[in-house]
This record gives sequence, C-alpha cells and structure tokens, in this order.
Amino acid sequence: MRLCFRIATMVATSVATFALGGSPLGAQQTPDSTARAQQRTLDSLTASMRALEARLDSAERLPAPAPTRTSGAYMNVSFVGLSDFLWSSTPDVAGLQRGGHEPKVRGFSIPNAELALDGTVDPYLKAFVNIVHLLDEKGETSVELEEMYFLTTGLPKNLQLKVGQFFTEFGRQNPQHPHAWAFGDQPLVLNRMFGADGLRSQGARISWLLPTSFYAEAMLSVMNSAGPTTYSFRADDSGEIHGGVPMERGVRGGGDMLYVPRITASFDPTSTQTLLLGASGAFGPNNTGPDARTAIYGADVYWKWKSPRAAAGFPFVAFQSEYLARRYDAASRPSQYPQVVTVNMPSAMLRDDGAYAQLQWGIKPRIVAALRGEYVNGDHASLEPLRERRTRVSPGLTWFPTEYSKFRIQYNYDQRRSWGADHTLLVQFEFLLGAHAAHKF
Amino acid sequence: MNILPLLQYAVVAALAVPHDAPPRAGKLTVVATTPDLAAIAREIGGDAVDVKALAKPTEDPHFVDAKPSHVVTLNRADVLIEGGAELELGWLPPLLESARNAKIAAGAPGRIVASQGIRMLEIPTSFDRAKGDVHSLGNPHFLVDPLNAKIVATQIAQRFAQLAPASASAINANLARFNATVDAKMGEWQKLLAPYKGAKIVTYHKDFPYLAARFGLDIVENLEPKPGIAPSPAHIAAVIMLMKTQKVRVLVVQPYQNRKTAETVARQTNGVVLDLSQQPGAIKGTDTYIAMMDAMIKSLATALGEAK
Repeated sequence: MRLCFRIATMVATSVATFALGGSPLGAQQTPDSTARAQQRTLDSLTASMRALEARLDSAERLPAPAPTRTSGAYMNVSFVGLSDFLWSSTPDVAGLQRGGHEPKVRGFSIPNAELALDGTVDPYLKAFVNIVHLLDEKGETSVELEEMYFLTTGLPKNLQLKVGQFFTEFGRQNPQHPHAWAFGDQPLVLNRMFGADGLRSQGARISWLLPTSFYAEAMLSVMNSAGPTTYSFRADDSGEIHGGVPMERGVRGGGDMLYVPRITASFDPTSTQTLLLGASGAFGPNNTGPDARTAIYGADVYWKWKSPRAAAGFPFVAFQSEYLARRYDAASRPSQYPQVVTVNMPSAMLRDDGAYAQLQWGIKPRIVAALRGEYVNGDHASLEPLRERRTRVSPGLTWFPTEYSKFRIQYNYDQRRSWGADHTLLVQFEFLLGAHAAHKF
Repeated sequence: MNILPLLQYAVVAALAVPHDAPPRAGKLTVVATTPDLAAIAREIGGDAVDVKALAKPTEDPHFVDAKPSHVVTLNRADVLIEGGAELELGWLPPLLESARNAKIAAGAPGRIVASQGIRMLEIPTSFDRAKGDVHSLGNPHFLVDPLNAKIVATQIAQRFAQLAPASASAINANLARFNATVDAKMGEWQKLLAPYKGAKIVTYHKDFPYLAARFGLDIVENLEPKPGIAPSPAHIAAVIMLMKTQKVRVLVVQPYQNRKTAETVARQTNGVVLDLSQQPGAIKGTDTYIAMMDAMIKSLATALGEAK
C-alpha cells in the first residue's frame, strides 16, 4: 500500500513538473538545456519506477514483515487460586493433614492463592517472586513472601547462581509449587522431614551443569538454618521431633549454616522414555543443644513415558518415588512436658525414614489417574507421637479442562499407629490467571 | 558431620575438569525446536552445520516435555532456531533457563526467531482465554506457506553466514538453490490445487490457515470448537450439520490429533479423513521440507479430487 502511494506521488510530481514546464530553476535556462533537464528528470523517474516495480515484485513474493510485536511486558504476572473441599472420618483434620497447603477443617478451604512474578532483570539476571496468601481455618488471611530470588543467566563454566529465598533443591518434590503436584497433599515423608511448608530458607545456590554426554547437574545450597521452614534444623517447632524445649542458638560460624548438596542425572532409555535420578543431603545444626546436628539423606527417581504421537502431552505414564532418612542428633534437653517428665531428656540419635511412590497415568488428553503409596517411621527415643509409624494409600483422578484449570478428586486411606485408620475425601479446584505456565521436567 | 572438606573437594574437582565442548571441525551446532525448522536449517547450512530438532515429528509442538536431555542439547548449541509466536511458550523457557548458554540467549546472534519477518495471520485484537488458547502474536503454524519458508530460510542463511563466515558462499548457494526449488515446486503445487480453488475443508485444529490462504482453500470449520479446546459433542454435531449442508467432505488431521473423532465425523458426512503432517519425517519419505510439502499438496489434491 505504502509503495503504491509512493509511486502515485512520484507520478503525480512528474506530471506536475511537465505541466508547469520544469522546475523554477529551468525557467531561467535556455530552451535546449530545459529539454535536457526534462530528459534527465524523465530518465531518473523511469529508473526510480523500475526500481520500485522490482521492489513491488519482490514484495509480492516475500510479503513485508508485519511490525514485530513482543509478548508481555517486562514481567510475567500470574495468579494461581486453589480451592479445596475435604471430608474426613476424623474431626481433627489439622492433625491429619499437616501440610501447609492442605485443608485444616472439614468443608471448604482456600489452601493456596499465589501471586507469581517473573522476568528478566537485565542481560545477566532473571528474577522470580512468589507471594502467597493463606486463609487459615478461621478464614483469616495472612500473606507470606514464599520465594524471591534471582538467577544468573550467563556465568562462565556452565555455572549458575541463585540468591534469595527459595525452596531448597532437595529431592524432586520439595522445590515444586503445589500446583505442580500430582496429589492434593504433600507426601508424608516430606512433611515429616521438612515440615508443613517444605524446606525453604534464605541463601544461595551454586549449580554446575557437568560436561558429560548425558544430563548431570551438581548443586550446593548454603542457607540460613533457622526459621519456620527449616523444620529439622533450628526451627522453633522442632520440639515435635525431639520432645524437648528448643534452645536459643545463634550462628557462631560456617558450621551453623545449612548445607544442601544435590546431584542429579538423566537418561533417555528410548526416544519416548526419560529417567531422572537424584541424590541429596541436608546438613545443619539443630536446636536441642549448642553442638547438636541433623543430617538428612535423600534419593529420588522419576521415570516418564510419553506417546510419540502425544496430543497436549497425553497419553503418558509417570512414576515418581523418593526415599528420605534423617539422623537427628539430639542433645540432652529439658522436656516440653515438664509436669510429666521432670528430668532432662538424655541425648540420643533420633532416626526417621520414609518413602513414597506414585504412578500417574495420563489416560487421554487432560485426564490423569494416579495412585500413591507411602510410609514414614521413626524410632521411639523422643516419645513424640508425631514420629510414629504411618502409612497412607491415595488413589486420585485429575481432569484439566484446559492448561489453566484443574479438577481433582482424591481419597486417602490413612493408618496412624496411635490413632488408627482414617478415611479422607479431598476435592480440589484450581485456576491459573495470567502468564502461561511453563514447567520444568 | 563436617562436609566442608567434601565441598572444597567438589569445587576443586569442578574447576579442574575441562568441560568446554571440543570444537567440532568448525561446524555450527544448530538446535531447532521443531523438525520443519530443522529441515530448512539442514538445507541452508549443508555441511557447515549439525542440526538437531527437539520436538518429534509426530508430537504436538505446543506440548513438548522439557526433558533434561534437551538442556544438554541446548547447552552445547551455537544456534537455536525457534518458531516463536508463543508456540514453544510452555516448554522452551525452563529449558533455556537450565541450559545457561549465552550464545543462544534472547537477542544473541545465535538465537533465530523464525516468526520474525512473517506476516502473521489471526493476530487477536483482544486477549481473552474464553476464546481458547489463542496465541497473542498470531497463528504460529506459518511454515505450510512455502513463501514463508523462503523468508525463514533467508533469515537462517543470513545468520549462519554471520556465524560461519568461512562457509558464507556455500550457505548463500544453498539458499539460492532452496529458493529456486521452492519457486519451481510452487508452480507445480499451484497447478495441482488450481482445480480446487475455493474448495471447502475442515481441519482438526487451526493449523492450516496459511496453506489455505496461499492456495485458495476455504477452511469452513475446525473440530476443536476453540483452539486447544477438545471437541465437544455439541460442536461435533454442529460440524456434521455444516459439512452436510455445505457438502464438505475432506477432514484434515495431523498425526497427534484425535483421529477417532475425525473418523466419527467422516462416517456421518460421507467424508474422508486426510492425514497430513506439517513436520518432515512424520510421514515416511518426507525428510526434507520440500518432500513434506510435496506429500501434503499431492494428498490434498488427491483427496479433493476424490471428494468432488
């Protein structure tokens, strides 16, 4: 269109030039030079026309690009809202469903409403922020800065640094947000080792992508070892683990930080299968005594098969399992029940372990059936009922009307040593507003 | 347990191991998100490049798994060619984040966004997911218009020549040959489809508007009621009614789309289900872009001929 207009303009100009008998300059020249000047004008116009014709011709074959549009602004904004309905055979739902993003009462709950912001800071950094709104069992809202960190994009030697507050990269599920989980509640073993909200703290993580032919990544996180999301370390509610009164314990040196190394590797046994293996450790102080320490070890496996003709990512089969073991070196400490236990509790090594295994089957587009089996177990040294043996079996069915919404129904058969069996039905509805979610494998 | 000595050991070991990939005899390592882009890159790059595609030819390119092996592939790439227009939005960003490769970062010479320079169709005027999964930058299935393939090939050639100047003349010769082949084939394809100008077809997803626009076909409906939304019984019934009243008999599906739904509709409309693929390699003997387009146009012409 623009080209046509320009041609029309040029033609009009040339016609006008002829009609007016040449340029004003030409009026002062001899008739001969005027004719030559007009001829030159004609020649140059002809050349211009030819060039324009050529351009038009090529423009017809290769259409001019539409003005380039870029998606989004400087930051992606999204909001995930999760609503649950739960009914359980026990009225003490809070005692049964101990995860931070799980219902605490029979009936309706809003266990997660998450505002996520992410984007590129500058040529060197990306940043992520997660602000979580939590409604407690009384309907009171609290706001929490769940994650806030930056990630380097161009460090040399395949290194990458993450700094801020973030879910610690231990195992497979701990760093995932609830909307990426295959079930409506946290695996028992993660709850027992890392507490209601998982292992999360302020710190830094360095990661190195190994130069191997297959995927292998080594990571080390160094984090603060205190706060409500460092359950097995210097958290205030560690009495649930050791049965004593936690002591005030500051940071005297590097040994009082939390260290979390992780190594992970992945292979594709066939073009439709992927295997991801990982081993993690978490080492840090606990607050039973000035020199008491905790060590947690974990192994995780994830295997997935996806059809070579997958539509919307279906059908698929995925298996995920994690095993964790904790050695909690409790120092001699006063009991948290002084009326019952009047002498100091003796120092002891408290051992816990647990595992879960889950199978997901994406039967057809947007429908996933899942089954999870799990156990946790602890020794009797701290006399804490929360460390007793517990098993749970959970079948579930999830329907994703689109990538932006989800309905889930899940049943839990729970067996706790001191409480017996419980039956729980959980119904979830989740929506995603805003930026399109992109998930890691 | 004191882990500091272990950490020190790990850091020393990490720094000691040489981990820069060995130079590959001057060849550019090229990664394309989809096989169609990979096929064009192979034509243009020739011996100067090693090309690998992330998505399989038979799978839905909107939903590729962000597999860790792709992280390694991207980590070692000199060039990344993506379709853009949000086609890879659900899986490429986390891969790039893990791949930590500055050569293919946004804006780097090694990053080619194929949709740049394409006159995009179906750019929405408002963003509303009630209309389904509409891409805000327009329909990303633009390579089935051969003239768009030429635009993409030109962009790829310019970038390859910039990154591998020693092979620039060979790359430009490859581009000229590719363009000449497309031009020659274009005449052939237009002739094949000329008798069917204005022919009405139904496609499963909104993935053929560029082909329809170039060759004068009329896509009257899609089996998906809205992009990315699974066909509902009510919509299927409406499509059947429409196909009967407008005498539409050709129903196009790609390998990953639900053929059973298409078959049900075809049975009730006396129609034919036509298997087409926009990805080279999905159908046997279509490993190059030209072979893929050739197979597509020929089976389309045959189906339209039989349905007449």
